[in-house]
Amino acid sequence: MMIKQSPLVGDDAVVKEALSRLEQPARRLFMQRTLTLGGLSLLTGCSITDNPGAEAALEKISRLNDKAQAWLFDPNQLAPTYPDSMIVRPFPFNAFYDEDKVPDVDADAFRLEVSGMVADKRAWSLPELRALPHTEQVTRHICVEGWSAIGKWGGVPFSLFLRRVGADLNARYVGFKCADDYYTSIDMPTALHPQTLLALTFDGQTLPRRYGFPMKLRMPTKLGYKNPKHIQAIFVTNTYPGGYWEDQGYNWFGGS
Amino acid sequence: MDTFNTDAPRAIHPLWLRATHWLNAVAVAILATSGWRIYDASPLFDFQFADPLTLGGWLGGALQWHFAAMWLLVANGLAYLLLNTGSGRLGKQFFPLSLRMLFVDLSAAVRGHLSHADPRRYNSVQRLAYLAVMADSVLLGLSGLVLWKSVQFPLLRELLGGYETARHVHFFAMAALVGFVGVHLAMVAVVPRTLRAMTFGR
Repeated sequence: MMIKQSPLVGDDAVVKEALSRLEQPARRLFMQRTLTLGGLSLLTGCSITDNPGAEAALEKISRLNDKAQAWLFDPNQLAPTYPDSMIVRPFPFNAFYDEDKVPDVDADAFRLEVSGMVADKRAWSLPELRALPHTEQVTRHICVEGWSAIGKWGGVPFSLFLRRVGADLNARYVGFKCADDYYTSIDMPTALHPQTLLALTFDGQTLPRRYGFPMKLRMPTKLGYKNPKHIQAIFVTNTYPGGYWEDQGYNWFGGS
Repeated sequence: MDTFNTDAPRAIHPLWLRATHWLNAVAVAILATSGWRIYDASPLFDFQFADPLTLGGWLGGALQWHFAAMWLLVANGLAYLLLNTGSGRLGKQFFPLSLRMLFVDLSAAVRGHLSHADPRRYNSVQRLAYLAVMADSVLLGLSGLVLWKSVQFPLLRELLGGYETARHVHFFAMAALVGFVGVHLAMVAVVPRTLRAMTFGR
């Protein structure tokens, strides 16, 4: 689990001292030999990272990267699919908590809330969702950490669900609230992508607790943290909803 | 230094080259050190990079640095390649490159006899090393693009053997670049005036 670290050193002084040394002509020759290594070592510490100005600039570039990714995103470009023989079993468990903290959702009492810019705000029971058209696909789940694993998810094409509830398809965002207090949001073009599934099964079985019972949003065009599990509420909005990891600095678009 | 020469100075390295060189150095330093932090989140091999060597403080911070500096590397790298080919410098400085000259220069280098009399001319070892690092940087960029956007660039993804293979390609291309930087810095330490030439032109 990654936790944001607190500042370790105050650093303007270090840079100032280095600059003043460079200004002394007698030291120049010596510094010429060490400048590059010194520059490298300055870059590698926490000092630059914890500078509020640098953080704000990086955050701004991350927003520009959202726009670049939205521009690069081709709504008709499909993620590769794989044969069943390539499914990773057991599929890795991954969350911001340990496996013994996975929420226990009561299937009978469960109702999926739908709100925001939708015509039909009626809540959905699990049998109602399972009665909708169902499709399965074997795709690669790519984690922001770098690892990936192939799995088989089945469920309702999310574009079909959004049309069924009369969502405003020109809205900017679809947001998700989950039983494990996770939350995230995605762009509408990705929500309408043909491979985006409101997944109710994994590997042919009812979606197990550890993989997000009763449902997760499965998008092979986005990194793992953009795929919310244990979804309880879906809302359509033009107001940027952020996300659990996104609010801490992960890129919002998070697409692949 | 002779006054005649300073009145009509001819830079060993043109300004655009020095500018792109140092911008590239900054981009590579940021990308390598933040990349090591990203690697540590899910190591490919049985080792990790020590935290003090890495940039970003945590995975999210490292990713922000990495995906910011990539624009600098790509924009600056394209500017370098365009200016290098457009000015004719690429053809003049790096070619011809013969195997025979490479052996001659390499054996001279090993014996410590390689001449640096004219810093305007690259010997065969330098030519090969700089061309290789250009190609390696392109490979780093392309494999990085597959890792960032594996769905959007299917042809590139398949050329690089798929997402997981592209991860390995990206890692080894990084290792080659870092190896180059190590030798490069060692050479600068041996012939310090090259640092002056790359910074001030003379």
